[in-house]
Amino acid sequence: MRITCPHCGPRDLVEFSYHGDATLTRPDSASTDQDVWNAYVYDRANPAGEHREFWQHSGGCRKHLVVTRNTLTHAISGVDFAPGKRTGRKRS
Amino acid sequence: MTSWRIPSGGRIDRAKPVRFSFDGKSYTGFAGDTLASALLANGVRLFGRSFKYHRPRGLVAAGYEEPNALVTVTTDGAREPNIRATELEVYDGLVAESQNRYPSLAFDLQAVNQLAGKAFSAGFYYKTFMGPVIGPLKGTRAWMFCESFIRRAAGLGSAGTVTDPARYERMNAFCDVLVVGSGPSGLEAARKAAADGKRVILCETNAAFGGSANWAGSDQAGFAETLISDLGANPGVTLLNRTTVWGCYDGNTYAALERVSDHRKQPVIGEPRHRHWVIRADHVVLATGALERLLVFPGNDRPGVMLASAAQRFAGEYGVLPGKRIVVLTNNDSAYDAAAKLRERDALITTIVDVRPTVGDWALAQAKEAGAEVLASHAVVATGGRNSLSSVTVQPFDAEINAFPGPPRRVACDTLLVSGGWSPVVHLASQAGAKPVWDDKLQAFLPPGSSSGWEAVGAAAGEGLEPPAPLFEIKAKGDKAFVDFQHDVTADDVRLAHREGYQSVEHLKRYTTLGMATDQGKTANIPGMAIMADALSKPIPEVGTTRFRPPFTGVSLGALAAERYGDIRPGRLTPMHDWHKSNGAGMYAAGLWYRPESYNRQGESVEDAYIREAKAVRRNVGIVDVSTLGKIDIQGPDAAEFLDRVYTNTFSTLPVGKARYGLMLREDGFALDDGTTWRLAENRFLMTTTTANAGRVMQHLEYHLDCIWPDLKVHLTSVTDQWAAAAVAGPKSREVLAACVKRTKLDNKALPFMGIVHGRIAQIPVMICRLSFSGERAYEVYCGAHHGQRVWDALMEAGKSFDMQPYGLEALGTLRIEKGHVTGAEIDGRTTAQDLHLDWLISKKKPFVGSAMMNREGLTDPKRWSLVGVISLSGEKLRGGSHIVDGPADDPGRSLGHLTAMCFSPLYGKYIGLALVENGTGRIGTRAFATDPARSGTHIPVEFVNHIFYDPKGERMHG
Repeated sequence: MRITCPHCGPRDLVEFSYHGDATLTRPDSASTDQDVWNAYVYDRANPAGEHREFWQHSGGCRKHLVVTRNTLTHAISGVDFAPGKRTGRKRS
Repeated sequence: MTSWRIPSGGRIDRAKPVRFSFDGKSYTGFAGDTLASALLANGVRLFGRSFKYHRPRGLVAAGYEEPNALVTVTTDGAREPNIRATELEVYDGLVAESQNRYPSLAFDLQAVNQLAGKAFSAGFYYKTFMGPVIGPLKGTRAWMFCESFIRRAAGLGSAGTVTDPARYERMNAFCDVLVVGSGPSGLEAARKAAADGKRVILCETNAAFGGSANWAGSDQAGFAETLISDLGANPGVTLLNRTTVWGCYDGNTYAALERVSDHRKQPVIGEPRHRHWVIRADHVVLATGALERLLVFPGNDRPGVMLASAAQRFAGEYGVLPGKRIVVLTNNDSAYDAAAKLRERDALITTIVDVRPTVGDWALAQAKEAGAEVLASHAVVATGGRNSLSSVTVQPFDAEINAFPGPPRRVACDTLLVSGGWSPVVHLASQAGAKPVWDDKLQAFLPPGSSSGWEAVGAAAGEGLEPPAPLFEIKAKGDKAFVDFQHDVTADDVRLAHREGYQSVEHLKRYTTLGMATDQGKTANIPGMAIMADALSKPIPEVGTTRFRPPFTGVSLGALAAERYGDIRPGRLTPMHDWHKSNGAGMYAAGLWYRPESYNRQGESVEDAYIREAKAVRRNVGIVDVSTLGKIDIQGPDAAEFLDRVYTNTFSTLPVGKARYGLMLREDGFALDDGTTWRLAENRFLMTTTTANAGRVMQHLEYHLDCIWPDLKVHLTSVTDQWAAAAVAGPKSREVLAACVKRTKLDNKALPFMGIVHGRIAQIPVMICRLSFSGERAYEVYCGAHHGQRVWDALMEAGKSFDMQPYGLEALGTLRIEKGHVTGAEIDGRTTAQDLHLDWLISKKKPFVGSAMMNREGLTDPKRWSLVGVISLSGEKLRGGSHIVDGPADDPGRSLGHLTAMCFSPLYGKYIGLALVENGTGRIGTRAFATDPARSGTHIPVEFVNHIFYDPKGERMHG
């Protein structure tokens, strides 16, 4: 499997580390609602099909990427920088 | 023995004779021969003994699908078993031997297994050995007793014990078009792609390119040779012979094994034995051809029974005839073509037995050319001969109802060529996820059209194959009728499995082991499924096929490992590494780092040394290399805010020039890591982490900046390798520094506990932070890594007059245990801040990572394991990892926790340790045992004490 890092280009899987579900939103830091936090930390959907995941290019630019991957075919349909204003901009 | 070699023709080089040995006997072949063709030319027909019944077996096929002729090759004492003689190219000095026979191939004692045939039917092992013990001879225990005998009797070759002397390589390759197979269809596909300017890789499993063009007919040979030389001249084309594409993986990644030097006695210098190719192709053309199938009938495994196409290949490619007097058995027209072609090479074909009632004109014309009598509506129902075929029994046969409406008669022959139809090689398409589709006309599974990544062409797509009669088995009474030759699975085994309730083809496979041998059932799968379908009275496509998985044929493990064997982890050395070694330190692997264990003086044990070193620190002064600590430079206007969010305590209030001890939690509320972070400027911090967790903490911080708080203006840089660091600890540490640090004040006011100053040692700029892991007054001195040794030397020089001693990891551990400091052994991913008595670090004024989850019921239960000190009461040495129990040795009861660290404490004069124990704090003052039954057998009485053994108020390090 290869992932096309938007910064470094197509690279082998061994350069990347998987860092979990990218579809979740972290609850507000000040929130103490245990159900909300529990869902964020532990509850995971296990979709058969398209899934959005965090992958860090740990053996390259070290950016976190959001990879859209089909869990049935392993086909990757999209790779983007993790959300935020740094998207597409090199940090030097 | 007479030569069975045809006087001329074939692709062997008759000018280059080759001498080799098989089972200790010497033979001659020609360059270009395989072991199979060379032995066949010498009249050898017996190649091996079968898996269960030890029946004599000969050549069935001429290529990678061969199930019987497996040999062991010995090179420089290293044995490689289960090599197909049909793929092994002969070379001068080749030493091969047959397998699974005792004492010799021609006379095998275990052939008596045939007499006990019924006992070895499908499921024999399950029925006999698995399950509860009922009688003395039944049950799993009986299996454990019998296993070694059975394993010796049943089986294939045995692996050697000598280390493989060969070298292997891995290669990554990229191309526009990968063509698998260099037969006429593959060559044409490669030509087309190359003409379009594509980068092409063409893989051929055999030594010679050309596939069936090399043997199927003289008309194609010239055409193929021209194409191959054209392709070879094209710089955009890579031709790989002796290369089997064996696996298909995600993203059109294909794995191939190139047998670079197996055809030579010695590899050429610089050449590996095998090369593992990882090929990434935009498009793949599967030109893998088709395999001929056998028919199932009694005695179909006798040496001399061979596929018709194999005989054609032996004659055409190697110039060898399989026999002197040949009978053909077929259910399709392709065998007639083979007969005619063999006749051209002077073979004597007496009879063609065809199960079909009518034979077409074209086939009859071929038979006439071959000079063979045609027996339509006939079948072979038995074979005769001992270790090789001497006759077949032929009987009128009605294939529709499996009836024999006439008397049998014997036909003398030494070879029976069989054609039971053709199966396209769909393995790679199946690996790619395609479900093969049954074709009723061809009685075969075809790849389902094409996909975006691959297409099948030629015979692999079913093109040009002769449609057979829908017959797979001639059900006649008599000898065993084999489906899977390599695993000795008979047609009756398949039917027995059906009667015992196995209906799915996947279950059938596992119960009978059909198709599970090293050949993966290349000749057996389709007949096996057909017989199962017949037993189920279902059409074959409803029974379905199993999914093929890599590898297509065997792959050497050496090639997969290639250069990556042994300990391939990079070692990380501190700048002072050589100094430690030359000063008596044994180096201890801590993750990737090597750290000095202790500096042993003459006659000292490690324990003597660390006790001396720890005493020196407590009484006087010592120095330790702490360069391995993880270090992260954190900069940016939001750096302080970021630290407040990831640490449990507050860093925004930390003044510039001061350090603070901090604790990080995971989002789920468990402890992640601890360490000190120094504020070097308003917007710049230097974070230290434990040695083991440096990578994890860096990733944790990067994740939060990238994914959670992208609005924070913070930049992280790992500087672990950029700073060298030494800790000078002990009551005289300040004097040592004062003797070498110029123009910087070090008194309590200028440099209080947790203070940071800048200065110079031996003209090198250094940063000094006053913090303590040992519990004594101590200073960590940081400098650029390249100056590490110089600064260390200057510190050692300054320490001379104070008798400063270097100390290692063991003494460091002893000092920290006495002080109750935690490390990775305690922050083990299951402990909370409270468990470790670090809850004083938790700020209640702000949220941080983990704050929402850390107070869950289960995490605040006072009965949780918590950190406690342990003292050995008997004077025995404690063992790290011991369980804490409250019962005596003979009845210890359940584990209440475990010892995370131990040492001999010079302070107490006793062995002490730290432990994580259920309700640990509540047990202080009570006694229990530290038990280690599995390793040392110790069961030591201990007393629980506070985890801080030494100076709980911290007066020594503040003073």
